[in-house]
Amino acid sequence: MNASSLRRIGQMLLIPILAVFTALVVGALVMWIFGDDPLAAYRGLINGAFGSPRAWSTTIRKMTPLILTGLSVAVAFKAGLFNIGASGQFIIGTVCSVAVGINFAGLPVFIHLPLAMLAGVAGGMLWGFIPGVLKVFTGAHEVIVTIMLNYVASLFAGWTVYAGGTQGQTPGPLWDTAAGPISRTPEVFESARIPWIFGDPYRIHWGVVLALAVALLMWWIIFKTTLGFATRTVGANNKAARYAGINVKWITILTMMIAGGLAGLAGAIETLGLNHRFAPEFTGGVGFDGITVALLGQTNPLGVVLSAFLLGALDAGGARMQFDSGVAADIIQVIQALVLAFVAAPMIIRQLYRLRKPSDQIESTVFSSGWGR
Amino acid sequence: MGKQRYRITSYIIGGTLLGFLAMALLVNTTTLGENVWLRVFFGVSALNFTLRASVPLILGAMSGILCERTGIINIGIEGMMLAGAFAAFVAKTSTNHWPLMNSLLFGVAIALAVGGAMGWLHAVFSIRYRMDQIISGTVLIILAAGISAYLFDRNAVAEGKFGAIPLPGLSQIPVLGEVIFTNPPLTYTTLILVAVIHFALFYTKWGLRSRACGEHPRAADTVGINVNRFRYMNTIIGGMLAGLAGGFLVLEAVGQFQEGMTAGRGFISLAAMIFGNWMPFGAMGAAMLFGYTQALQNELLLAGVTTVPRQFVSMIPYVVTIIAVSGFVGRVRPPAAEGKVYETEGGSE
Repeated sequence: MNASSLRRIGQMLLIPILAVFTALVVGALVMWIFGDDPLAAYRGLINGAFGSPRAWSTTIRKMTPLILTGLSVAVAFKAGLFNIGASGQFIIGTVCSVAVGINFAGLPVFIHLPLAMLAGVAGGMLWGFIPGVLKVFTGAHEVIVTIMLNYVASLFAGWTVYAGGTQGQTPGPLWDTAAGPISRTPEVFESARIPWIFGDPYRIHWGVVLALAVALLMWWIIFKTTLGFATRTVGANNKAARYAGINVKWITILTMMIAGGLAGLAGAIETLGLNHRFAPEFTGGVGFDGITVALLGQTNPLGVVLSAFLLGALDAGGARMQFDSGVAADIIQVIQALVLAFVAAPMIIRQLYRLRKPSDQIESTVFSSGWGR
Repeated sequence: MGKQRYRITSYIIGGTLLGFLAMALLVNTTTLGENVWLRVFFGVSALNFTLRASVPLILGAMSGILCERTGIINIGIEGMMLAGAFAAFVAKTSTNHWPLMNSLLFGVAIALAVGGAMGWLHAVFSIRYRMDQIISGTVLIILAAGISAYLFDRNAVAEGKFGAIPLPGLSQIPVLGEVIFTNPPLTYTTLILVAVIHFALFYTKWGLRSRACGEHPRAADTVGINVNRFRYMNTIIGGMLAGLAGGFLVLEAVGQFQEGMTAGRGFISLAAMIFGNWMPFGAMGAAMLFGYTQALQNELLLAGVTTVPRQFVSMIPYVVTIIAVSGFVGRVRPPAAEGKVYETEGGSE
């Protein structure tokens, strides 16, 4: 690796690192203003994220779905699409994989597990396909459609596990009849579970390896294949792409499907590896976090892995922070919003630290396209 | 396209509305009201619920219209609303010992101020720091959710909320009097605001200039309009309207604050804005349609209709929104310069 490419990487990392640092400082300021002790809070945060093998395992566990939802948002950004729908796609992926996982008893692991995962991916793809198709053929903006589909997804998921009501409402099709009045599915069969790498108390499953492999695969697709080139061209300049003979409609639909599939896979991995069942409390919050992950990672799949690790650590440390210092863990969300703001507006960081503009435009990644065509 | 089609569309909408009103009058004054289904669709309680559910949507849509007419996409309405709601709650709970009306009005003022501050933040991000406007909106949403959850004191109780003020005389009109002229103050304010905003946008110098900034900022600049100042101003006013919507939720509708209590209303108001073609009265109509679907869902539950699962009934507003934006965006026309940073010729600021 020569000096110039090293400098390039340094330049790419500079803004995100400064953004995270500044967000932590501003977060500390907010805590201080409202009478909390930021130092104690951050000590608890770091302990909870990295203080012990258990803490590390929590960080890795939290990171796994974030890699995939981050990739989901990042891939869509590459084609100039803003996928706010990762949480809905995540939920549908969860429900589909559970539906396969609690049925088909007696299948061998090497059939049942992939089948359940594929069901999750397919469900997510369908949930990405809808906004893609609507955008291409009717001009409906994907932001509104994906947000609405998020609500539809969680209501649908809620119905599938619904325990029935006091007025004699029929229970949902996936409801665990043994759970009485509790709305949840039964546990998936042993044959549909992702095996542990480290079992209790660490609870790390092979899904994390799969997520990392998928990140590598997406990096390869985006930067080394014709499809990736076409996608990036569509994102950079829609008109030029059409002029160059790229089928923009098809690329748009396909990208949304891939994005949905990635978020669906996140849902499948989270259920088949960790929760082993679905209950309405398992929301798609990681899908919304995917936006921060994708932007912090500069929409680069390898950057996404790094930022998923960071946000996973924040998430993991939050509970310990609240326990140790009494600072409400919700401050993490404030810090995330600040990170997102500083990454999306590098000008703020640049003015704050008196940085010069880089020679080449490496950070202009995202463009909004209004509501119209 | 063309005038012909607009005329036909307005005949259809007007006819449906008249038919609806006639049915509402019949159901609520004659024996037709004994039919459960008719009551679900046309009963006074459904109509009241519709108006109550539409007020935050109308205010949100007005917020969107003001911002977008000057060229700023405002997807952060949801966050501004939540911030307004939380601010109103904090203001109300900390002045519980004041006379009720003073304390409520103080809540409204704080909701307006905090909403305006959120609007200002959106303007600073997207104009001064050239952040992508959709991402800036997303930042506002996450920020509002985070801060309100972080500071929320679960033991605090807001005592009292705005009550209905029947307008003398008008409230005696059958059905209409009960539905429109017997409401709490913020509902009246909202209905008046729609007319005010329509008038301001289309019949004043300010409105003409605002719209010029959203359609052709360069031309506006050439004739001496300070484009970015207009964008700042309207985004702040838009933020105040969204904040008022939050204030309505806490001070007039629910009476308390819950985490994430806006529950997607900001996004639905955006859809109402698009559905209503960026026109105040159009958006109000669309918002009322969404409010009506929510009312139906409520009435069906109350009437004990269990044949359709609750969750599917709850999906109606969201599905209607998807159908609305995919069926109508091709035909409506957003402001031309929306979402684009405007830089004056020959450099920045």
